[in-house]
Amino acid sequence: MEKRVFFRNRWLPYILVAPQIAVTLVFFFWPAGEAIYQSVFMPDPFGLKTNYVGLANFQFLFTDPYYRNSFATTAVFSFSVTAVSMSAALWLAVLADRVGKKAGGYTTLLIWPYAVAPAIAGVLWMFLFMPSIGVLARALGHFGYSWNHSLNGGEAMILVVIASAWKQISYNFLFFLAGLQSIPRSLIEAAAIDGASFSRRFWTIVFPLLSPTTFFLLVVNVVYAFFETFGVIHTITGGGPQQSTSILVYKVFSDGFVGQDLGSSAAQSVILLLLVGGLTIIQFRYIERRVQY
Amino acid sequence: MEGMVEKRGWGLWLTHLGLIAGICIICYPLYIALIASTLTQADLVTPPMPLLPGGHFLENYRDALFSGMSVPVWKMMANSMVMALGITIGKIAISLISAYAIVYFRFPLRSFFFWMIFLTLMLPVEVRIVPTYEVIAGLHLLNSYSGLILPLVASATATFLFRQLFMTIPDELVEAARVDGAGPVRFFLDILLPLSRTNIAALFVILFIYGWNQYLWPLLITTEPEMNTIVMGIKQMLPTGDQTVEWPVIMATAILAMVPPVVVVISMRNLFIKGLIESEK
Repeated sequence: MEKRVFFRNRWLPYILVAPQIAVTLVFFFWPAGEAIYQSVFMPDPFGLKTNYVGLANFQFLFTDPYYRNSFATTAVFSFSVTAVSMSAALWLAVLADRVGKKAGGYTTLLIWPYAVAPAIAGVLWMFLFMPSIGVLARALGHFGYSWNHSLNGGEAMILVVIASAWKQISYNFLFFLAGLQSIPRSLIEAAAIDGASFSRRFWTIVFPLLSPTTFFLLVVNVVYAFFETFGVIHTITGGGPQQSTSILVYKVFSDGFVGQDLGSSAAQSVILLLLVGGLTIIQFRYIERRVQY
Repeated sequence: MEGMVEKRGWGLWLTHLGLIAGICIICYPLYIALIASTLTQADLVTPPMPLLPGGHFLENYRDALFSGMSVPVWKMMANSMVMALGITIGKIAISLISAYAIVYFRFPLRSFFFWMIFLTLMLPVEVRIVPTYEVIAGLHLLNSYSGLILPLVASATATFLFRQLFMTIPDELVEAARVDGAGPVRFFLDILLPLSRTNIAALFVILFIYGWNQYLWPLLITTEPEMNTIVMGIKQMLPTGDQTVEWPVIMATAILAMVPPVVVVISMRNLFIKGLIESEK
Protein backbone atom coordinates (compact mmCIF):
# COMPACT_ATOMS: atom_id res chain seq x y z
CA MET A 1 0.00 0.00 0.00
CA GLU A 2 1.34 3.40 -0.98
CA LYS A 3 0.02 6.93 -0.88
CA ARG A 4 -0.57 8.50 -4.27
CA VAL A 5 0.04 12.00 -2.96
CA PHE A 6 3.04 12.92 -0.87
CA PHE A 7 5.21 15.81 0.21
CA ARG A 8 8.57 16.62 -1.26
CA ASN A 9 11.26 17.66 1.13
CA ARG A 10 14.92 16.79 1.13
CA TRP A 11 15.66 16.76 4.87
CA LEU A 12 12.36 16.83 6.80
CA PRO A 13 11.61 13.07 6.63
CA TYR A 14 15.05 12.26 8.04
CA ILE A 15 14.49 14.60 10.96
CA LEU A 16 11.10 12.99 11.59
CA VAL A 17 12.42 9.42 11.74
CA ALA A 18 15.64 10.38 13.53
CA PRO A 19 14.44 9.97 17.16
CA GLN A 20 12.93 6.53 16.52
CA ILE A 21 15.95 5.36 14.55
CA ALA A 22 18.40 6.71 17.13
CA VAL A 23 16.69 4.87 20.00
CA THR A 24 16.44 1.75 17.87
CA LEU A 25 20.15 1.80 17.02
CA VAL A 26 21.48 2.63 20.48
CA PHE A 27 19.18 0.48 22.61
CA PHE A 28 18.14 -2.34 20.28
CA PHE A 29 20.63 -3.08 17.53
CA TRP A 30 23.80 -2.16 19.38
CA PRO A 31 22.96 -4.38 22.42
CA ALA A 32 21.71 -7.20 20.20
CA GLY A 33 24.95 -7.05 18.20
CA GLU A 34 26.87 -6.98 21.46
CA ALA A 35 25.02 -10.11 22.64
CA ILE A 36 25.91 -11.95 19.44
CA TYR A 37 29.53 -10.79 19.74
CA GLN A 38 29.85 -11.77 23.41
CA SER A 39 28.29 -15.15 22.77
CA VAL A 40 31.44 -16.34 20.97
CA PHE A 41 33.86 -15.17 23.68
CA MET A 42 34.75 -16.53 27.08
CA PRO A 43 36.66 -14.73 29.85
CA ASP A 44 39.85 -16.51 31.00
CA PRO A 45 39.80 -17.91 34.57
CA PHE A 46 41.48 -14.79 35.97
CA GLY A 47 39.03 -12.42 34.28
CA LEU A 48 41.93 -10.53 32.68
CA LYS A 49 40.94 -10.94 29.06
CA THR A 50 38.40 -12.71 26.93
CA ASN A 51 39.21 -15.31 24.32
CA TYR A 52 37.41 -16.16 21.12
CA VAL A 53 35.84 -19.58 21.61
CA GLY A 54 33.59 -19.96 18.57
CA LEU A 55 30.43 -21.86 19.36
CA ALA A 56 31.78 -23.33 22.60
CA ASN A 57 29.33 -21.34 24.74
CA PHE A 58 26.45 -22.81 22.76
CA GLN A 59 27.93 -26.28 22.85
CA PHE A 60 28.31 -26.00 26.60
CA LEU A 61 24.72 -24.80 27.02
CA PHE A 62 23.24 -27.74 25.18
CA THR A 63 25.17 -30.21 27.29
CA ASP A 64 24.37 -28.34 30.51
CA PRO A 65 21.60 -30.25 32.32
CA TYR A 66 20.40 -27.04 34.01
CA TYR A 67 19.90 -25.33 30.67
CA ARG A 68 18.14 -28.32 29.17
CA ASN A 69 15.93 -28.43 32.25
CA SER A 70 15.18 -24.78 31.77
CA PHE A 71 13.89 -25.57 28.27
CA ALA A 72 11.61 -28.26 29.67
CA THR A 73 10.48 -25.94 32.48
CA THR A 74 9.67 -23.22 29.95
CA ALA A 75 7.68 -25.67 27.84
CA VAL A 76 5.64 -26.94 30.82
CA PHE A 77 5.15 -23.41 32.14
CA SER A 78 4.05 -21.78 28.89
CA PHE A 79 1.82 -24.70 27.91
CA SER A 80 0.07 -24.61 31.30
CA VAL A 81 -0.32 -20.83 31.40
CA THR A 82 -1.74 -20.81 27.87
CA ALA A 83 -4.11 -23.73 28.47
CA VAL A 84 -5.44 -22.51 31.84
CA SER A 85 -5.80 -18.91 30.82
CA MET A 86 -7.37 -19.52 27.40
CA SER A 87 -9.87 -22.14 28.55
CA ALA A 88 -11.02 -20.06 31.53
CA ALA A 89 -11.34 -17.00 29.30
CA LEU A 90 -13.25 -18.88 26.60
CA TRP A 91 -15.67 -20.23 29.19
CA LEU A 92 -16.32 -16.74 30.58
CA ALA A 93 -16.61 -15.22 27.11
CA VAL A 94 -19.20 -17.82 26.05
CA LEU A 95 -21.25 -17.02 29.17
CA ALA A 96 -20.93 -13.27 28.65
CA ASP A 97 -21.90 -13.65 25.01
CA ARG A 98 -25.06 -15.54 26.05
CA VAL A 99 -26.03 -12.77 28.43
CA GLY A 100 -25.74 -10.41 25.45
CA LYS A 101 -25.73 -6.64 25.68
CA LYS A 102 -26.32 -6.61 29.42
CA ALA A 103 -22.89 -8.18 30.08
CA GLY A 104 -21.17 -4.77 30.31
CA GLY A 105 -20.95 -4.73 34.10
CA TYR A 106 -19.49 -8.21 34.13
CA THR A 107 -16.89 -7.21 31.54
CA THR A 108 -15.60 -4.41 33.76
CA LEU A 109 -15.16 -6.82 36.66
CA LEU A 110 -13.30 -9.26 34.43
CA ILE A 111 -10.86 -6.96 32.65
CA TRP A 112 -9.14 -5.16 35.53
CA PRO A 113 -6.43 -7.83 36.10
CA TYR A 114 -5.00 -6.79 32.72
CA ALA A 115 -3.86 -3.58 34.44
CA VAL A 116 -2.08 -5.40 37.26
CA ALA A 117 1.68 -5.76 36.86
CA PRO A 118 2.95 -9.36 36.72
CA ALA A 119 5.08 -8.66 39.79
CA ILE A 120 2.05 -7.44 41.74
CA ALA A 121 0.03 -10.47 40.58
CA GLY A 122 2.89 -12.51 42.01
CA VAL A 123 2.68 -10.69 45.36
CA LEU A 124 -1.11 -11.19 45.60
CA TRP A 125 -0.98 -14.94 44.89
CA MET A 126 2.10 -15.48 47.01
CA PHE A 127 0.27 -13.92 49.96
CA LEU A 128 -2.66 -16.34 49.51
CA PHE A 129 -0.29 -19.31 49.51
CA MET A 130 2.23 -18.28 52.20
CA PRO A 131 2.73 -21.54 54.13
CA SER A 132 2.38 -19.92 57.58
CA ILE A 133 -0.25 -17.22 57.08
CA GLY A 134 -1.74 -17.64 53.57
CA VAL A 135 -5.53 -18.08 53.50
CA LEU A 136 -5.46 -20.76 50.79
CA ALA A 137 -2.40 -22.55 52.16
CA ARG A 138 -4.20 -22.82 55.49
CA ALA A 139 -7.39 -24.01 53.83
CA LEU A 140 -5.35 -26.77 52.19
CA GLY A 141 -3.91 -27.51 55.61
CA HIS A 142 -7.41 -28.17 56.89
CA PHE A 143 -7.70 -30.91 54.29
CA GLY A 144 -4.46 -32.38 55.56
CA TYR A 145 -2.29 -31.07 52.71
CA SER A 146 0.73 -29.12 53.79
CA TRP A 147 1.54 -26.62 51.07
CA ASN A 148 5.02 -25.12 50.83
CA HIS A 149 6.04 -23.74 47.46
CA SER A 150 9.45 -22.68 48.76
CA LEU A 151 10.38 -26.34 49.27
CA ASN A 152 8.29 -28.20 46.71
CA GLY A 153 9.15 -27.55 43.05
CA GLY A 154 5.81 -28.83 41.75
CA GLU A 155 3.87 -26.53 44.03
CA ALA A 156 6.10 -23.61 43.04
CA MET A 157 5.31 -24.32 39.39
CA ILE A 158 1.56 -24.53 40.07
CA LEU A 159 1.64 -21.20 41.88
CA VAL A 160 3.53 -19.29 39.17
CA VAL A 161 1.22 -20.79 36.54
CA ILE A 162 -1.91 -19.70 38.45
CA ALA A 163 -0.62 -16.16 38.99
CA SER A 164 0.49 -15.76 35.36
CA ALA A 165 -2.67 -17.28 33.89
CA TRP A 166 -4.90 -15.19 36.17
CA LYS A 167 -3.37 -11.98 34.84
CA GLN A 168 -3.81 -13.02 31.21
CA ILE A 169 -7.49 -14.10 31.44
CA SER A 170 -8.72 -10.53 30.88
CA TYR A 171 -6.86 -10.19 27.62
CA ASN A 172 -8.04 -13.53 26.27
CA PHE A 173 -11.59 -12.84 27.44
CA LEU A 174 -11.81 -9.58 25.47
CA PHE A 175 -10.54 -11.16 22.27
CA PHE A 176 -12.75 -14.25 22.60
CA LEU A 177 -15.78 -12.07 23.33
CA ALA A 178 -15.08 -9.94 20.26
CA GLY A 179 -14.66 -13.12 18.21
CA LEU A 180 -17.93 -14.60 19.48
CA GLN A 181 -19.83 -11.41 18.81
CA SER A 182 -18.65 -11.35 15.21
CA ILE A 183 -20.22 -14.75 14.46
CA PRO A 184 -23.49 -14.19 12.61
CA ARG A 185 -26.49 -14.89 14.89
CA SER A 186 -28.45 -16.35 11.97
CA LEU A 187 -25.98 -19.22 11.63
CA ILE A 188 -26.40 -20.27 15.24
CA GLU A 189 -30.16 -19.79 15.16
CA ALA A 190 -30.45 -21.95 12.07
CA ALA A 191 -28.63 -24.75 13.88
CA ALA A 192 -30.84 -24.26 16.92
CA ILE A 193 -33.94 -24.57 14.74
CA ASP A 194 -32.51 -27.83 13.41
CA GLY A 195 -32.45 -29.00 17.00
CA ALA A 196 -28.69 -28.88 17.65
CA SER A 197 -27.97 -28.70 21.37
CA PHE A 198 -25.84 -25.94 22.88
CA SER A 199 -22.71 -28.05 23.15
CA ARG A 200 -23.19 -29.36 19.60
CA ARG A 201 -23.64 -25.81 18.26
CA PHE A 202 -20.53 -24.78 20.15
CA TRP A 203 -18.22 -27.51 18.87
CA THR A 204 -19.47 -27.68 15.28
CA ILE A 205 -20.11 -24.00 14.52
CA VAL A 206 -18.80 -21.57 17.11
CA PHE A 207 -15.44 -23.14 17.91
CA PRO A 208 -14.33 -23.63 14.28
CA LEU A 209 -15.37 -20.07 13.41
CA LEU A 210 -13.36 -18.82 16.38
CA SER A 211 -10.21 -20.55 15.15
CA PRO A 212 -8.50 -17.39 13.82
CA THR A 213 -8.93 -15.75 17.24
CA THR A 214 -7.81 -18.91 19.02
CA PHE A 215 -4.69 -19.23 16.91
CA PHE A 216 -3.82 -15.58 17.35
CA LEU A 217 -4.27 -15.87 21.13
CA LEU A 218 -2.18 -19.03 21.20
CA VAL A 219 0.83 -17.15 19.81
CA VAL A 220 0.24 -14.11 22.03
CA ASN A 221 -0.05 -16.28 25.15
CA VAL A 222 3.10 -18.22 24.40
CA VAL A 223 4.99 -14.94 23.90
CA TYR A 224 3.48 -13.66 27.16
CA ALA A 225 4.49 -16.77 29.10
CA PHE A 226 8.02 -16.68 27.66
CA PHE A 227 8.83 -13.02 28.17
CA GLU A 228 6.36 -11.13 30.32
CA THR A 229 6.10 -13.41 33.34
CA PHE A 230 9.55 -12.58 34.67
CA GLY A 231 7.99 -10.43 37.43
CA VAL A 232 5.73 -13.26 38.61
CA ILE A 233 8.62 -15.69 38.91
CA HIS A 234 11.05 -13.22 40.41
CA THR A 235 8.63 -12.19 43.19
CA ILE A 236 7.18 -15.61 44.05
CA THR A 237 9.97 -18.16 43.66
CA GLY A 238 13.15 -16.47 42.45
CA GLY A 239 13.46 -19.34 39.98
CA GLY A 240 13.55 -21.98 42.70
CA PRO A 241 13.38 -24.27 44.51
CA GLN A 242 16.31 -26.00 42.78
CA GLN A 243 15.69 -24.01 39.57
CA SER A 244 12.29 -25.71 39.20
CA THR A 245 10.71 -22.46 37.98
CA SER A 246 13.74 -21.06 36.12
CA ILE A 247 12.31 -20.38 32.69
CA LEU A 248 14.69 -19.33 29.88
CA VAL A 249 14.28 -15.57 30.42
CA TYR A 250 14.83 -16.00 34.13
CA LYS A 251 18.04 -17.92 33.46
CA VAL A 252 19.45 -15.21 31.18
CA PHE A 253 18.92 -12.82 34.09
CA SER A 254 20.27 -15.05 36.84
CA ASP A 255 23.32 -16.25 34.88
CA GLY A 256 24.12 -12.80 33.51
CA PHE A 257 23.42 -10.57 36.51
CA VAL A 258 23.60 -12.77 39.54
CA GLY A 259 26.12 -15.35 38.26
CA GLN A 260 28.09 -12.87 36.09
CA ASP A 261 28.61 -15.56 33.44
CA LEU A 262 28.49 -13.14 30.52
CA GLY A 263 29.44 -15.52 27.71
CA SER A 264 26.78 -18.03 28.66
CA SER A 265 24.17 -15.33 29.27
CA ALA A 266 24.93 -13.81 25.85
CA ALA A 267 24.63 -17.21 24.16
CA GLN A 268 21.29 -17.71 25.90
CA SER A 269 20.19 -14.28 24.65
CA VAL A 270 21.03 -15.30 21.10
CA ILE A 271 18.96 -18.49 21.46
CA LEU A 272 16.03 -16.44 22.80
CA LEU A 273 16.49 -14.01 19.94
CA LEU A 274 15.99 -16.86 17.48
CA LEU A 275 12.90 -18.03 19.39
CA VAL A 276 11.29 -14.56 19.37
CA GLY A 277 12.16 -14.23 15.69
CA GLY A 278 10.37 -17.48 14.95
CA LEU A 279 7.31 -16.52 16.98
CA THR A 280 7.14 -13.08 15.32
CA ILE A 281 7.28 -14.66 11.87
CA ILE A 282 4.47 -17.07 12.79
CA GLN A 283 2.42 -14.16 14.08
CA PHE A 284 2.88 -12.11 10.92
CA ARG A 285 2.35 -14.94 8.49
CA TYR A 286 -0.90 -15.64 10.24
CA ILE A 287 -1.96 -12.00 10.09
CA GLU A 288 -1.26 -11.89 6.37
CA ARG A 289 -3.51 -14.89 6.00
CA ARG A 290 -6.20 -13.25 8.07
CA VAL A 291 -6.21 -10.26 5.73
CA GLN A 292 -7.34 -12.52 2.89
CA TYR A 293 -10.39 -13.73 4.80
CA MET B 1 -37.09 -9.44 18.86
CA GLU B 2 -35.15 -11.71 21.19
CA GLY B 3 -33.03 -14.20 19.32
CA MET B 4 -34.13 -17.74 19.98
CA VAL B 5 -30.69 -18.84 21.16
CA GLU B 6 -30.74 -16.39 24.03
CA LYS B 7 -31.63 -18.47 27.02
CA ARG B 8 -34.59 -17.55 29.15
CA GLY B 9 -35.74 -18.72 32.55
CA TRP B 10 -33.39 -20.78 34.64
CA GLY B 11 -30.92 -21.31 31.80
CA LEU B 12 -30.27 -17.58 31.87
CA TRP B 13 -29.93 -17.69 35.66
CA LEU B 14 -27.33 -20.41 35.35
CA THR B 15 -25.40 -18.27 32.87
CA HIS B 16 -25.43 -15.34 35.27
CA LEU B 17 -24.45 -17.63 38.10
CA GLY B 18 -21.49 -18.97 36.10
CA LEU B 19 -20.29 -15.44 35.35
CA ILE B 20 -20.64 -14.39 38.96
CA ALA B 21 -18.68 -17.45 40.08
CA GLY B 22 -15.93 -16.62 37.58
CA ILE B 23 -15.81 -13.01 38.75
CA CYS B 24 -15.60 -14.10 42.39
CA ILE B 25 -12.57 -16.26 41.59
CA ILE B 26 -10.92 -13.50 39.56
CA CYS B 27 -11.56 -10.85 42.22
CA TYR B 28 -10.67 -13.06 45.21
CA PRO B 29 -6.93 -12.17 45.42
CA LEU B 30 -7.81 -8.47 45.28
CA TYR B 31 -10.43 -8.85 48.02
CA ILE B 32 -8.02 -10.66 50.35
CA ALA B 33 -5.32 -8.05 49.69
CA LEU B 34 -7.77 -5.23 50.45
CA ILE B 35 -8.87 -6.88 53.70
CA ALA B 36 -5.29 -7.64 54.75
CA SER B 37 -4.36 -4.01 54.17
CA THR B 38 -6.84 -2.95 56.89
CA LEU B 39 -5.68 -5.42 59.56
CA THR B 40 -2.75 -5.64 61.95
CA GLN B 41 0.13 -8.07 61.69
CA ALA B 42 -1.28 -9.80 64.79
CA ASP B 43 -4.62 -10.40 63.02
CA LEU B 44 -2.77 -12.11 60.19
CA VAL B 45 -0.52 -14.40 62.18
CA THR B 46 -3.27 -15.72 64.45
CA PRO B 47 -5.59 -17.87 62.35
CA PRO B 48 -8.14 -17.59 60.96
CA MET B 49 -7.63 -14.30 59.12
CA PRO B 50 -10.76 -12.10 59.43
CA LEU B 51 -12.73 -11.89 56.18
CA LEU B 52 -14.15 -8.45 56.89
CA PRO B 53 -12.21 -5.16 56.90
CA GLY B 54 -10.45 -4.17 60.13
CA GLY B 55 -9.93 -0.70 61.49
CA HIS B 56 -6.31 -0.09 60.50
CA PHE B 57 -6.78 1.18 56.97
CA LEU B 58 -5.44 4.70 57.55
CA GLU B 59 -2.57 3.54 59.72
CA ASN B 60 -1.31 0.93 57.21
CA TYR B 61 -1.57 3.19 54.19
CA ARG B 62 0.07 6.04 56.09
CA ASP B 63 2.92 3.73 57.11
CA ALA B 64 3.37 2.56 53.54
CA LEU B 65 3.14 5.98 51.90
CA PHE B 66 5.30 7.93 54.32
CA SER B 67 7.74 5.46 55.82
CA GLY B 68 7.76 2.33 53.62
CA MET B 69 10.71 0.02 54.22
CA SER B 70 13.81 1.55 52.66
CA VAL B 71 12.11 4.40 50.85
CA PRO B 72 8.59 5.87 51.28
CA VAL B 73 6.05 4.47 48.83
CA TRP B 74 4.92 7.91 47.66
CA LYS B 75 8.45 8.44 46.31
CA MET B 76 8.33 5.15 44.42
CA MET B 77 4.89 6.05 43.05
CA ALA B 78 6.22 9.40 41.86
CA ASN B 79 9.10 7.58 40.11
CA SER B 80 6.62 5.17 38.50
CA MET B 81 4.46 8.04 37.33
CA VAL B 82 7.42 9.85 35.73
CA MET B 83 8.54 6.63 34.04
CA ALA B 84 5.03 5.67 32.84
CA LEU B 85 4.23 9.12 31.46
CA GLY B 86 7.69 9.47 29.91
CA ILE B 87 7.40 6.13 28.13
CA THR B 88 3.82 6.80 27.02
CA ILE B 89 4.33 10.31 25.71
CA GLY B 90 7.72 9.44 24.23
CA LYS B 91 6.42 6.40 22.38
CA ILE B 92 3.40 8.25 20.99
CA ALA B 93 5.43 11.29 19.91
CA ILE B 94 8.27 9.49 18.14
CA SER B 95 5.92 6.94 16.54
CA LEU B 96 3.59 9.63 15.23
CA ILE B 97 6.37 11.54 13.48
CA SER B 98 8.14 8.48 12.12
CA ALA B 99 4.88 7.05 10.75
CA TYR B 100 4.20 10.46 9.20
CA ALA B 101 7.59 10.45 7.49
CA ILE B 102 7.12 6.91 6.20
CA VAL B 103 3.61 7.46 4.84
CA TYR B 104 3.78 11.02 3.49
CA PHE B 105 7.30 11.29 2.10
CA ARG B 106 9.42 9.49 -0.46
CA PHE B 107 13.10 9.31 0.44
CA PRO B 108 15.91 6.91 -0.37
CA LEU B 109 16.18 5.05 2.95
CA ARG B 110 12.42 4.86 3.59
CA SER B 111 11.90 1.13 3.41
CA PHE B 112 15.22 0.46 5.12
CA PHE B 113 14.05 2.48 8.14
CA PHE B 114 10.68 0.79 8.03
CA TRP B 115 12.28 -2.65 8.31
CA MET B 116 14.60 -1.48 11.03
CA ILE B 117 11.61 -0.41 13.10
CA PHE B 118 9.87 -3.70 12.29
CA LEU B 119 12.84 -5.73 13.52
CA THR B 120 12.64 -4.19 17.00
CA LEU B 121 9.56 -6.39 17.52
CA MET B 122 11.99 -9.28 17.70
CA LEU B 123 14.20 -7.67 20.33
CA PRO B 124 12.30 -7.36 23.63
CA VAL B 125 14.32 -6.08 26.63
CA GLU B 126 14.27 -9.56 28.12
CA VAL B 127 16.53 -11.00 25.43
CA ARG B 128 19.16 -8.26 25.53
CA ILE B 129 19.30 -7.69 29.27
CA VAL B 130 23.05 -7.59 29.91
CA PRO B 131 24.23 -5.63 26.84
CA THR B 132 21.47 -3.02 27.15
CA TYR B 133 22.46 -2.54 30.78
CA GLU B 134 26.06 -2.05 29.64
CA VAL B 135 25.02 0.59 27.10
CA ILE B 136 23.07 2.49 29.77
CA ALA B 137 25.95 2.20 32.23
CA GLY B 138 28.35 3.46 29.54
CA LEU B 139 26.12 6.49 28.96
CA HIS B 140 26.07 7.13 32.76
CA LEU B 141 22.31 6.80 32.84
CA LEU B 142 22.00 4.32 35.73
CA ASN B 143 19.64 5.60 38.44
CA SER B 144 18.22 8.32 36.20
CA TYR B 145 14.81 8.95 34.69
CA SER B 146 16.34 9.07 31.20
CA GLY B 147 17.81 5.63 31.80
CA LEU B 148 14.40 4.32 32.86
CA ILE B 149 12.57 5.84 29.92
CA LEU B 150 14.81 6.09 26.84
CA PRO B 151 15.45 2.39 26.05
CA LEU B 152 11.70 1.75 26.13
CA VAL B 153 10.44 4.58 23.91
CA ALA B 154 10.97 2.96 20.51
CA SER B 155 7.75 1.37 19.34
CA ALA B 156 7.13 -0.69 16.25
CA THR B 157 3.53 -1.37 17.30
CA ALA B 158 2.61 2.29 17.71
CA THR B 159 4.39 3.19 14.45
CA PHE B 160 2.39 0.52 12.56
CA LEU B 161 -0.83 1.65 14.17
CA PHE B 162 -0.34 5.26 13.07
CA ARG B 163 0.86 4.15 9.65
CA GLN B 164 -2.37 2.18 9.17
CA LEU B 165 -4.45 5.11 10.35
CA PHE B 166 -2.69 7.54 7.98
CA MET B 167 -3.21 5.17 5.06
CA THR B 168 -6.99 5.45 5.54
CA ILE B 169 -6.95 9.25 5.43
CA PRO B 170 -8.09 10.42 1.97
CA ASP B 171 -5.43 11.89 -0.32
CA GLU B 172 -7.82 14.74 -1.15
CA LEU B 173 -7.01 16.24 2.24
CA VAL B 174 -3.35 16.57 1.31
CA GLU B 175 -4.28 18.09 -2.04
CA ALA B 176 -6.67 20.54 -0.41
CA ALA B 177 -4.03 21.51 2.14
CA ARG B 178 -1.53 22.09 -0.67
CA VAL B 179 -3.96 24.29 -2.58
CA ASP B 180 -4.36 26.33 0.59
CA GLY B 181 -0.59 26.70 0.70
CA ALA B 182 -0.06 24.51 3.78
CA GLY B 183 3.32 22.80 4.06
CA PRO B 184 3.98 19.38 5.60
CA VAL B 185 4.33 20.73 9.14
CA ARG B 186 1.06 22.67 8.92
CA PHE B 187 -0.73 19.62 7.48
CA PHE B 188 0.56 17.42 10.30
CA LEU B 189 -0.39 19.81 13.07
CA ASP B 190 -3.72 21.09 11.74
CA ILE B 191 -5.16 18.05 9.99
CA LEU B 192 -3.41 14.78 10.87
CA LEU B 193 -3.12 15.30 14.63
CA PRO B 194 -6.79 16.21 15.20
CA LEU B 195 -7.84 13.23 13.05
CA SER B 196 -5.65 10.90 15.16
CA ARG B 197 -7.09 12.07 18.47
CA THR B 198 -9.09 8.94 19.39
CA ASN B 199 -6.30 6.60 18.36
CA ILE B 200 -3.79 8.56 20.41
CA ALA B 201 -6.09 8.39 23.43
CA ALA B 202 -6.64 4.65 23.04
CA LEU B 203 -2.92 4.05 22.69
CA PHE B 204 -2.27 6.26 25.70
CA VAL B 205 -4.29 3.90 27.91
CA ILE B 206 -2.43 0.79 26.72
CA LEU B 207 1.01 2.38 26.90
CA PHE B 208 0.45 3.92 30.32
CA ILE B 209 -0.27 0.46 31.72
CA TYR B 210 2.77 -0.92 29.90
CA GLY B 211 4.99 1.82 31.33
CA TRP B 212 3.66 1.69 34.88
CA ASN B 213 4.02 -2.10 35.04
CA GLN B 214 7.67 -2.31 33.93
CA TYR B 215 9.62 -4.58 36.26
CA LEU B 216 12.82 -6.05 34.87
CA TRP B 217 14.27 -2.83 33.48
CA PRO B 218 13.88 -0.71 36.66
CA LEU B 219 15.15 -3.69 38.64
CA LEU B 220 18.40 -3.67 36.66
CA ILE B 221 19.16 0.01 36.45
CA THR B 222 17.85 1.55 39.67
CA THR B 223 20.36 0.43 42.27
CA GLU B 224 19.59 3.39 44.56
CA PRO B 225 16.36 2.94 46.59
CA GLU B 226 15.52 6.58 45.89
CA MET B 227 15.02 5.72 42.21
CA ASN B 228 12.98 2.51 42.69
CA THR B 229 9.57 2.29 41.08
CA ILE B 230 6.70 0.89 43.11
CA VAL B 231 6.19 -2.25 41.03
CA MET B 232 9.80 -3.38 41.49
CA GLY B 233 10.31 -1.75 44.90
CA ILE B 234 7.71 -4.00 46.49
CA LYS B 235 10.03 -6.95 45.89
CA GLN B 236 12.48 -5.49 48.43
CA MET B 237 9.73 -5.57 51.05
CA LEU B 238 9.01 -9.28 50.64
CA PRO B 239 10.44 -11.74 53.15
CA THR B 240 13.55 -13.69 52.25
CA GLY B 241 13.49 -16.96 54.16
CA ASP B 242 11.80 -16.99 57.56
CA GLN B 243 12.16 -13.32 58.37
CA THR B 244 8.97 -11.62 59.56
CA VAL B 245 7.65 -8.68 57.58
CA GLU B 246 4.72 -6.31 57.98
CA TRP B 247 2.23 -7.96 55.63
CA PRO B 248 -0.52 -5.34 56.08
CA VAL B 249 1.91 -2.66 54.89
CA ILE B 250 3.04 -4.83 51.95
CA MET B 251 -0.58 -5.41 50.95
CA ALA B 252 -1.32 -1.69 51.21
CA THR B 253 1.68 -1.11 48.91
CA ALA B 254 0.40 -3.73 46.46
CA ILE B 255 -2.99 -1.97 46.37
CA LEU B 256 -1.29 1.39 45.82
CA ALA B 257 0.72 -0.13 42.96
CA MET B 258 -2.51 -1.31 41.31
CA VAL B 259 -4.63 1.80 41.73
CA PRO B 260 -3.31 4.04 38.91
CA PRO B 261 -3.38 1.48 36.05
CA VAL B 262 -6.65 -0.14 37.22
CA VAL B 263 -8.36 3.24 37.50
CA VAL B 264 -7.16 4.11 33.99
CA VAL B 265 -8.54 0.85 32.56
CA ILE B 266 -11.91 1.06 34.30
CA SER B 267 -12.53 4.75 33.74
CA MET B 268 -11.53 4.57 30.07
CA ARG B 269 -12.91 1.11 29.42
CA ASN B 270 -14.05 1.66 25.85
CA LEU B 271 -10.87 3.43 24.78
CA PHE B 272 -8.89 0.65 26.45
CA ILE B 273 -10.71 -2.10 24.53
CA LYS B 274 -10.32 -0.16 21.27
CA GLY B 275 -6.61 0.37 21.93
CA LEU B 276 -6.02 -3.25 22.90
CA ILE B 277 -7.76 -4.75 19.91
CA GLU B 278 -6.31 -2.30 17.40
CA SER B 279 -2.73 -2.46 18.59
CA GLU B 280 -2.76 -6.20 17.92
CA LYS B 281 -4.01 -6.01 14.34
